[in-house]
Amino acid sequence: MTPRSAGRELRAGITAVLPLLIGVAPFGLIYGVLARGTGLPVAMAQAMSLLVFAGASQFLAVGLIGTGAPWPILLVTTAIINLRHLLYSASLAPHMRPLRPLWKWVLAFLTVDEVYALAISRYQRPPTGGTGEVHWYYLGAGITLWASWQSSTAVGIYLGAKVPAAWGLDFTLALTFIGLLMPALTDRATRAAAATAGVVAVLAWSLPLKLGLVLAAASGIAAGMLVERAFARAAQRAARGS
Amino acid sequence: MGPDVSSPALWLAIVAMGLITYGLRLSMIILFGRVAMPDVLRRALRFVPPAVLAAIVLPELLIADGTFALPPSNARIVAGVVAAAVAWWTRNVFLTIGIGMAVLWILQLVLKS
Repeated sequence: MTPRSAGRELRAGITAVLPLLIGVAPFGLIYGVLARGTGLPVAMAQAMSLLVFAGASQFLAVGLIGTGAPWPILLVTTAIINLRHLLYSASLAPHMRPLRPLWKWVLAFLTVDEVYALAISRYQRPPTGGTGEVHWYYLGAGITLWASWQSSTAVGIYLGAKVPAAWGLDFTLALTFIGLLMPALTDRATRAAAATAGVVAVLAWSLPLKLGLVLAAASGIAAGMLVERAFARAAQRAARGS
Repeated sequence: MGPDVSSPALWLAIVAMGLITYGLRLSMIILFGRVAMPDVLRRALRFVPPAVLAAIVLPELLIADGTFALPPSNARIVAGVVAAAVAWWTRNVFLTIGIGMAVLWILQLVLKS
């Protein structure tokens, strides 16, 4: 509870996040390039990084804006893709209860995937002296990541203006999502979710206003839950039968 | 068709996207002890990434200029399948992007000539 231990936690948070920046900065760069390639003005492209600060949803928003999707679709897809933050929020909440409201508001804003992972591990395995100053660690990691996201976005925006359209860099959007999708297919239920969503998305492609994307995501989530429950029931029956 | 970037609605949409994301991040931290997360939502969350990602990727690969496109006119699907294999075996997003773009460029060169 001393300024000294607060400073130590802050520095520990910054140090812990540094190796992760190697993975984050290239994404910021690609986002900036894509945003400019889509025709998003410089100020809007940077504002999205400043305000939304969530890589996957920014990538998707740029893709949607590029195809002229209307704003309700933008907002619905942003909510769907960022739903996982609800889970992070619920998991951090008990640890953050003693904090003053200002701390909660600031730390919540900085809670991207990587920062969540660091903060929750620190709360669960606190340094000697307890969790009393872990919010400084959280702050150090969060601000460092935020600053690196802003600067890598800015560099990407600068480079984006120089990349010719013939390079087809917009395809990095699909490739990025392929890179995230494959490791997410961990079992039958997640594979069912992906297969259903993919098929529905292609079939419903011609629906107006990009509604197909929302419909496909909802069908995929429902399919995943159904398959999960079917296998849980089958496992129960097998356990009873043996 | 490019985005209608002159429209103030797009600015509002970006601000609203920020508010939605912030709201999700802040929600349970502020509401802790007062609201429990519904069990259905907790179970559904696991399927959000595979469903959303597949819903974006498949049309990106299969549909070009508003219609179904198959190889050889569609180099993207070949590059996408190669990228998916790379992603499956390496679990490395940057390698996936790099190899996927390389395959796309090579195919485009071959198809042009």
